[in-house]
Amino acid sequence: MRNAITVCFRLKIDTLPKKNQTLSLKVVVSRSFADFTPQATFDIKKCDLHRLEEGPPLKAELTRDQGLQYYRTMQTVRRMELKADQLYKQKIIRGFCHLYDGQEACAAGIEASINPTDHLITAYRAHGYTYTRGVSIKEILAELTGRKGGVAKGKGGSMHMYAPHFYGGNGIVGAQVPLGAGIALACQYQGNNQLCVTLYGDGAANQGQLFESFNMAALWKLPCIFICENNKYGMGTSVERASASIDYYKRGDFIPGIRVDGMDVLCVREATKFAADHCRSGKGPIVMELQTYRYHGHSMSDPGVSYRTREEIQEVRTKSDPISMLKERMLSNNMASVEEFKEIDVDIRKQVEEAAQFATSDPEPPLEDLCNHIFYNNPPLEVRGTNPWSKLKSVS
Amino acid sequence: NEQKGQKTPATVTVRDALNQAMDEELERDERVFLLGEEVAQYDGAYKVSRGLWKKYGDKRIIDTPISEMGFAGIAVGAAMAGLRPICEFMTFNFSMQAIDQVINSAAKTCYMSAGLQAVPIVFRGPNGASAGVAAQHSQCFAAWYAHCPGLKVVSPWNSEDAKGLLKSSIRDDNPVVFLENELLYGVPFEMSEEAQSKDFTIPIGKAKVERAGSHITLVSHSRYVGHCLDAAAVLAKEGIECEVINLRTIRPMDVESIEASVMKTNHLVTVEGGWPQFGVGAEICARIMEGSAFNYLDSPVTRVTGVDIPMPYAKILEDHSLPQIKDIIFSVKKTLNV
Repeated sequence: MRNAITVCFRLKIDTLPKKNQTLSLKVVVSRSFADFTPQATFDIKKCDLHRLEEGPPLKAELTRDQGLQYYRTMQTVRRMELKADQLYKQKIIRGFCHLYDGQEACAAGIEASINPTDHLITAYRAHGYTYTRGVSIKEILAELTGRKGGVAKGKGGSMHMYAPHFYGGNGIVGAQVPLGAGIALACQYQGNNQLCVTLYGDGAANQGQLFESFNMAALWKLPCIFICENNKYGMGTSVERASASIDYYKRGDFIPGIRVDGMDVLCVREATKFAADHCRSGKGPIVMELQTYRYHGHSMSDPGVSYRTREEIQEVRTKSDPISMLKERMLSNNMASVEEFKEIDVDIRKQVEEAAQFATSDPEPPLEDLCNHIFYNNPPLEVRGTNPWSKLKSVS
Repeated sequence: NEQKGQKTPATVTVRDALNQAMDEELERDERVFLLGEEVAQYDGAYKVSRGLWKKYGDKRIIDTPISEMGFAGIAVGAAMAGLRPICEFMTFNFSMQAIDQVINSAAKTCYMSAGLQAVPIVFRGPNGASAGVAAQHSQCFAAWYAHCPGLKVVSPWNSEDAKGLLKSSIRDDNPVVFLENELLYGVPFEMSEEAQSKDFTIPIGKAKVERAGSHITLVSHSRYVGHCLDAAAVLAKEGIECEVINLRTIRPMDVESIEASVMKTNHLVTVEGGWPQFGVGAEICARIMEGSAFNYLDSPVTRVTGVDIPMPYAKILEDHSLPQIKDIIFSVKKTLNV
């Protein structure tokens, strides 16, 4: 059905050069829906295990629909982050902007294996998760540009975006980890069979409050998946220079751990499924280390090449890009066509462009909003302005 | 607990009043729970939570390891996810280990999220000087916490304050820092019939005039309200009538009540246990100066505070590090120029 529509569409395009027209017509007409492989099984890397007899499976099943969905998710995050890069360089986004491109398989893989009713919290490299947890590209970009249409009405910015069952976006390195353990406590307390995915980076892995959280989570068997996104650098400091042990999946000590290829969305998905089952069966917390990579520097103020080589970055791009890897897998298994991927790309580009349009044209929050939302469910109060005669109003 | 059900005024210690407040709120709302060091099986380091673990069990009264930053963060996370935690710091001195969670995770979140994410949590515990516990265990944190938007900071004096304000704090959907005083725990106060009811609450943000007077206003919070009343009794014998105001809440401060009093008495003395610089008294001075009551002052505001030193150990030194009744009397007379 789809390809029939595609054929009609293609026939209408006379803007393409002649040879492409002919080529695409030829390719499209010769294929039909029944030609695509609906499902395939892929070998995935074995995970290193800590205090576990068995780990996630070595094979992952992928349906065509799932594959296209993961591709779409990852490509959307990729394009959204690159748009943010652009807007930042145009000074339309200010302050801190920590981009996620390269790490998309982590966010996509995790979301594919948990329920919308599960909970997730992360640190400041949060735009990808904000999207996978349900916030629109529009609301994310408008928050970055500080407009009233942003998910936090422009009050939060890059590091402080929230959604149901998504707790940000946290600026203080490591602080989100006890919070995540607390969310897991609430899940256990309420007996709702939900869990909390609590993310942190290789830099945060050395924060004391993590070990306090590990202790209490293990003691009380909290349904918490602690996930270290190890992208090899904490700001400008490589893991070797920061950590006496770089086996982050073992740092939970008495908590079982798995080390996962974070560039492979299927690996991430299977590992997170495994971890979720572990938590939901009442066994308590588990630690996952996702080995991943960020193409950008730590933030937009970091070119990202003073502490690593351009060759290294390029090598990851060519050999391990999560989006390319998935696409190649699907193409080589005849699960989708090049054109389909192109269509998805075009559509995403359009959506991101529209969102950016909104984010640059939506007005900034009104000054009347300055003092609002200090408290929740509170009667209006007066707030002192910059001088004694400035008495501002605050409503919840 | 024997007082429950009685309809006549009763004498209740601050400790028991706090205990009653928590017991009633735990019973009323199953989302409320208490966590902290020694709160459960030890019955509380200062016995404030006595009997609660026996009644409510492990799920609702949780003993934590010595991990302030960790368990304060866990409490905040639980509040974000729909529970209503009471997070006890054995003393507020230890809250410094966790202060990032109180300020950056709890206080600021409602604002940063434009109202999407509430944090209904109470941080409670003894604050300020005790007796002989020396410098690291005697700091008053009222000024530090009251500095921050997004927090409510409450400082009860007597048993009615303790019970009514703690209940209000637990029912409030916002982060509340509830500053108790260890030396007041064992002090009995009369509690009216009304105050003994399960629905008795005192609004956060309203001060109380504990004693009416016409010559001078004394404003204080926590333990020093008692000192002010004692000083007022002595001064009354000399014909000086003090109006004593119990702040009850540090933030938001009920400046209107102070101003109304100053417009009547024309003189103001603030009394606190904390250090003078950048303190509660300093804030009151600034607010009075900026407001309508300034023109009614017949002399500058006087602050009576703790001495600007880390708390010493030796009794004679400790006694001279904090406001005594004679210091309040002296300051009143100086302010009145008598």
